Amino acid sequence: MSEHDDRIRARQRERARVMAWLLGAFVLLMFAITIVKIRAGMGA
Amino acid sequence: MTAQTITLPADWRDFLALTKPRVMTLVVFTGLCGMLAAPVPIHPVLGFTAVLCIALGAGAAGALNQWYEADLDAKMKRTQGRPLPAGRMDRESALHFGVGLAIFSVVLMGLAVNIPAAIILTVSILFYVLVYTVWLKRRTPQNIVIGGAAGAFPPLIGWAAATGDVALLPFLLFSLVFLWTPPHFWALALFVKTDYANAGVPMLPVVAGERVTRTQIGLYTIPMAAVAVAPWPLGLTGPIYGIAACLLTATFCVLAVQVATRTTGVEDKMKPEKRLFAFSILYLFAMFGALVADRWVLA
Repeated sequence: MSEHDDRIRARQRERARVMAWLLGAFVLLMFAITIVKIRAGMGA
Repeated sequence: MTAQTITLPADWRDFLALTKPRVMTLVVFTGLCGMLAAPVPIHPVLGFTAVLCIALGAGAAGALNQWYEADLDAKMKRTQGRPLPAGRMDRESALHFGVGLAIFSVVLMGLAVNIPAAIILTVSILFYVLVYTVWLKRRTPQNIVIGGAAGAFPPLIGWAAATGDVALLPFLLFSLVFLWTPPHFWALALFVKTDYANAGVPMLPVVAGERVTRTQIGLYTIPMAAVAVAPWPLGLTGPIYGIAACLLTATFCVLAVQVATRTTGVEDKMKPEKRLFAFSILYLFAMFGALVADRWVLA
């Protein structure tokens, strides 16, 4: 594999890692929003 | 540089740069302050989500702006290093990123916070992209006067996120940012005039000259000052905001008058213009900070 291919793979890996962190954060946020909404609904 | 010459996938930092993070700081701050100044408290999780959506919406608008203006950015020193003109990203990626982020921010705001906030967020993104970037920027020297409205929406969105409604105070905050934009941008345009002229952007100093621009800076400062102070006599805020607004606005006026009445020679360093530009950023941060301090201390 050429050096150029290595650089492409490295860039893709880095982007995939950032995307995974963002997706994880989004899941946590959705979970927190759901809990807040359920509690607000129960209080009403 | 064309898409054919780009051989590496764009770095994630370039996607971040596409969102104009420095501009976003002010947008997020004014949005947050609009939310904190509202009379109805919002749950911290929903408040965080609303601010996140404002940030993502602003980022999307910034990305779409850079997608559309890649040719202009390549001609200006200030913007040559951005991902598209520097050839680190292809235009299609920027377009997909911008549209995706815009839809995501609006849908999340609508589902998690409320519909009025999502509607105003949509209007602000469309206004910035379609009205300012596509329609006005290359056509008229009034581009930033009307386009300035796009940057004025965040306090309105923040308030709507907390209350589900809009009222007189957020409209005054909207007007403050709207009227602050011309003196702020024209001060910048005065010292980067050559850049704008080279790129063919019809900014006021390029089209109408320095004298007219200086006069306009002075003229726009008058209604801006009135709107800045107005919430206090109208009974919408307390003395903390009132006194801070009077002092900060008086300083702004002094700096604006210096710029408005000045005549420059060859090789002028443009110090008063740079001072007004720098202070105008601090001014908006301080005004919104004072508003929140006023609300929280008096509460």
